[in-house]
Amino acid sequence: MRVIVNGQDKEVPTGTTLGGLMELLKVDPRRVVVEYNREIINRSSWDEHISRELKEGDTLELVQLVGGG
Amino acid sequence: MSDKLIIAGREFTNRLMVGTGKYATMDLMKQSLEAAEAEIVTVAVRRMNLDEPGESLLEHIDLSRYTLLPNTAGAATAEEAIRLARLARAAGLSDLIKLEVIPDPATLLPDVVGTLEAARILVKEGFTVLPYTTDDPIIAAKLEDAGAATVMPLASYIGSGRGFSDPARISLIIERAGVPVVVDAGLGVPSDAAMAMELGASAVLINTAIARAENPPLMAEAMKLGVRAGRMAFKAGRIPKLEQASASSPTGGIVK
Repeated sequence: MRVIVNGQDKEVPTGTTLGGLMELLKVDPRRVVVEYNREIINRSSWDEHISRELKEGDTLELVQLVGGG
Repeated sequence: MSDKLIIAGREFTNRLMVGTGKYATMDLMKQSLEAAEAEIVTVAVRRMNLDEPGESLLEHIDLSRYTLLPNTAGAATAEEAIRLARLARAAGLSDLIKLEVIPDPATLLPDVVGTLEAARILVKEGFTVLPYTTDDPIIAAKLEDAGAATVMPLASYIGSGRGFSDPARISLIIERAGVPVVVDAGLGVPSDAAMAMELGASAVLINTAIARAENPPLMAEAMKLGVRAGRMAFKAGRIPKLEQASASSPTGGIVK
């Protein structure tokens, strides 16, 4: 199935979870903030969300703090 | 002599806030933060690059030493700024937010209506809001009424290094404000930073003028000294400007 991560289409196996997606993308969830279908997941409560199953067309933003003024 | 900067009940010693953008290397950024003796450093919120994750900024910033001030740069509307602020807070590192609502890339001037709208909502959500604003004392007062922890008027355009376009307006904001006034944007050299402090500003925020100097750490140190000199001069109380000369040597006893 297709999900959209940071504006890019990604093919992932049906049944992929939030935690599984991070593994597929090789992203350390401690280094990003995840917004799942516009719902912001606090980094401190990430563990409660890792087993949520993704659906076709879900939209995710993985953001981090970068240099800025 | 204790001369603390207090923002929403938190105490700081250094009145120079430093941005972390635009440095040629992470190492130069780190050295510059150290040379500035910065305590508050700004950061931005961006999409992670999935194809090329690269280095994380936070690996280079000692969080036991620096207070992070995330910004909402990139937001053109109040809604976008609120979303970025919430994302920044979800990282769990800071509930401070440097609120910027900037719809016009040519001037990077803030949309003060959108900024005020976003400030009201973010204050209600418990953020400590430091809004970037114009040098308009009316809007500065409204931001303060909305619960902003500081007001951050510009000296001139972001990144322009032009110094003050109208220092009298910044003075007016400082005179009227009940919260710290942080001069943000447009400062180019330490004399600009000193001038901000001489006018009575509580702090300044500098990014481009340090990051894009030929020697960023050296400029960071120079800015630190400029801020310090300006603050001391403000505390010392300047002499009034006179229309005519006033002799420094005794006017009596002149040898004839």
